[in-house]
Amino acid sequence: MLDTPSKKSAGIEDFDVDAVNKAGTRQPLYTARKKIFPKRASGSFRRFKWLVMLLTLTVYYVTPWLRWDRGDFAPDQAVLVDLANRRFYFFFIEIWPQEFYYVAGMLVMAGVGLFLITSTVGRAWCGYTCPQTVWVDLFLVVERFFEGDRNARIKLDKQKMNPNKLARRLAKHSVWLLIGVATGGAWIFYFADAPTLLGDLVRFDAPFIAYGTIAILTATTYTFGGLMREQVCTYMCPWPRIQAAMLDEHSLTVTYNDWRGEPRSKHAKKAAAEGKSVGDCVDCNACVAVCPMGIDIRDGQQLECITCALCIDACDDVMDRLGKERGLISYATLNDYNINMRLAMDEGDRIDPNRVLKEGGGFIDKVKLTNWRSIIRPRTIAYFMVWAAIGLGMLTVLSLRARLDVNVLHDRNPLYVALTDGTYRNGYDVKILNMTPEHREVTITLEGLPGGEMWLAGQANEPQQAITMTLEPDKVLPVRLYVAADPALLDGPHTSYTIHVDDATRGETASARLKFEAPEEAFQ
Amino acid sequence: MSKKEIDELSGTQTTGHEWDGIKELDTPMPRWWLWTFYGTIVWAIGYCIAYPAIPLVNSATSGLLGYSSRANLEASLDDAQAAQVSFINEINTSEPSKIIADEELARFARAGGRSTFKVYCSQCHGSGAAGSEGYANLNDDEWIWGGTVEEIYTTIAHGVRYAGDDATRFNEMPAYGDGILTNEQIGLMADYVLKLSETGTQPVEMAEAHTIFAENCAACHGASGAGEPQLGGPALNNGIWLYGGDRDTIVAQISAPRHGVMPAWEGRLSDATIKQLAVYVHGLGGGQ
Repeated sequence: MLDTPSKKSAGIEDFDVDAVNKAGTRQPLYTARKKIFPKRASGSFRRFKWLVMLLTLTVYYVTPWLRWDRGDFAPDQAVLVDLANRRFYFFFIEIWPQEFYYVAGMLVMAGVGLFLITSTVGRAWCGYTCPQTVWVDLFLVVERFFEGDRNARIKLDKQKMNPNKLARRLAKHSVWLLIGVATGGAWIFYFADAPTLLGDLVRFDAPFIAYGTIAILTATTYTFGGLMREQVCTYMCPWPRIQAAMLDEHSLTVTYNDWRGEPRSKHAKKAAAEGKSVGDCVDCNACVAVCPMGIDIRDGQQLECITCALCIDACDDVMDRLGKERGLISYATLNDYNINMRLAMDEGDRIDPNRVLKEGGGFIDKVKLTNWRSIIRPRTIAYFMVWAAIGLGMLTVLSLRARLDVNVLHDRNPLYVALTDGTYRNGYDVKILNMTPEHREVTITLEGLPGGEMWLAGQANEPQQAITMTLEPDKVLPVRLYVAADPALLDGPHTSYTIHVDDATRGETASARLKFEAPEEAFQ
Repeated sequence: MSKKEIDELSGTQTTGHEWDGIKELDTPMPRWWLWTFYGTIVWAIGYCIAYPAIPLVNSATSGLLGYSSRANLEASLDDAQAAQVSFINEINTSEPSKIIADEELARFARAGGRSTFKVYCSQCHGSGAAGSEGYANLNDDEWIWGGTVEEIYTTIAHGVRYAGDDATRFNEMPAYGDGILTNEQIGLMADYVLKLSETGTQPVEMAEAHTIFAENCAACHGASGAGEPQLGGPALNNGIWLYGGDRDTIVAQISAPRHGVMPAWEGRLSDATIKQLAVYVHGLGGGQ
């Protein structure tokens, strides 16, 4: 303790900042927004966040431009939601509307994945990958570029409007709007061929819905990312309200370790000299200053905290300068925290950090420091198993799924028609689905209808046992099929039988059960 | 009441009402809500100016934009008609048999015919065109007046036994019960006809029956009872009956035949519509 540098000599700045949700002034319901000016943080978590931001933004903006060759009869865009033709393309996967349960499965996986991540490392989704977080981060970069870091921004904000302020504000808001346009613009490319649509967009040839979508998403991006920011997380998002159900005492979450930080003191040297017990926290408020939510992590876990870990970076920097152990704010589990708290409490239930300190620096062995192995425990394993089982199940179904299908609708009015030759005719609307991007030749046959013959509409003169036809690539072929049978060969008025659509080349068969109907009188 | 009182705990003005020491706070509306509300008022004013809004005695204000849902409907009907005009023109100039040869045109005609059928034909022939007693089933392959698309077109255009049309399909089966045949002979004919349709079970005096049939029936129904579409004589050698296939009904039909009437649609429907109907009926499965 005694050989640590003083706060001033270590160049540690005291920030004059209050947490927006400070207990003393906290309101039960919505309060008018308090301006916050997050300071730029630097450190390993900040670097990780830059990386995540680069990755997520790249995925978002670049994906629609990736190409994937599917032959002549399907679009070559790797990821495409083709609403007009009701197709969803994802690299090698093509999904038809009736296969939408794959998307539902993806959503279930995303949900279970969120449980998994939250139960292991808390609100990592919120802190690193949520679009709101990523875009706010991006907007803050712009804000810092034009208006400077925290102190400069506060100063600028206090000024009356002047040309300098106006120019900076204009520039900032313009770039924000541009980012908004780019964000909305990228979104629509997922729904149409990207290069074509871009051409149409700039020539003002694109459909109105494209411009409308860009306008709406520009507005939401600008409002949420630039103007509302932390308000979205605190007031609009349901996730902060339900996350507590997913956390348990073994979840790693951003924690202020008051067992070593308290009693905090702005003037630690002086207090120590007076013989008082002092913790590691020098109350410089750096953790509050960098917080994009404007809160004080030292107040404990709170719903506003998105666990972006920037306070860890800020505090580690201060601890380095003071020559103290890092991790005054760290990822810790509630369990470890409680153990450490008990170690640090003296008989009067006051925190005495000296109880956990070892002679010659460091902490006593009983202290539990951040241990990433707490990620693996029965609960997270169970989540992972469920997640992986759904994923494997979907992969299996995906690899075995049919690419040829047949749907049959029996005529209801009339149910059957008596023909002059004494047979009865049933009519069917048959839809044959070719879900591959290539031509296919298929043969229709009937099974289980004694004496049954069939013909396509308009070809009544040529009843057949098998009909061969060519399917267009990636299309549904609707055909009107008539089947006739002699009641003398049937057992009763309702005969169940099967229609087979067989593609011999690819060795795939689609079948459907149907009914052949004849009147009761024909069997008396 | 008029005195302003601020609640200490929340810093909000109270309404001054007090019940058992509990005071009601006069919390102001949230600003965003108020501004949204004011916005809707401004919007409503603009809307009333731009769109028909204020009811007058006989009408309503028309609005600066001149919007009218009736005019919109007319415009979309015009659009639909404009989109159909090339098909309609082609149908107008084509023979029905040429229409069914052209796949795209036939699909258009069938769709038009289907909706027309529902409006003008389904009352007698049923919405599925399956007919009922006295009204022909149009799905099967027996055609009293011929089953080619041209013959169907003629039947629809001119009707059957329709007094208002000179070119109407016309025939009349004599009432054999009015002294032409005896009751025994009529019963024999009914059994014979049932035998022809392979549904009869009674033993029939074939030689006598042949003679009576050849003398009285074969002219219209054909020597073998296969029907004569040129004359509108229905086939008797199958299980399809217009008025029913049991012996009593057949006896009644021979003694005092019923003669159905179908109206002529020429003049009531456009020629293109009649052609579409013919194509639709022809495509129901039994067309020849």
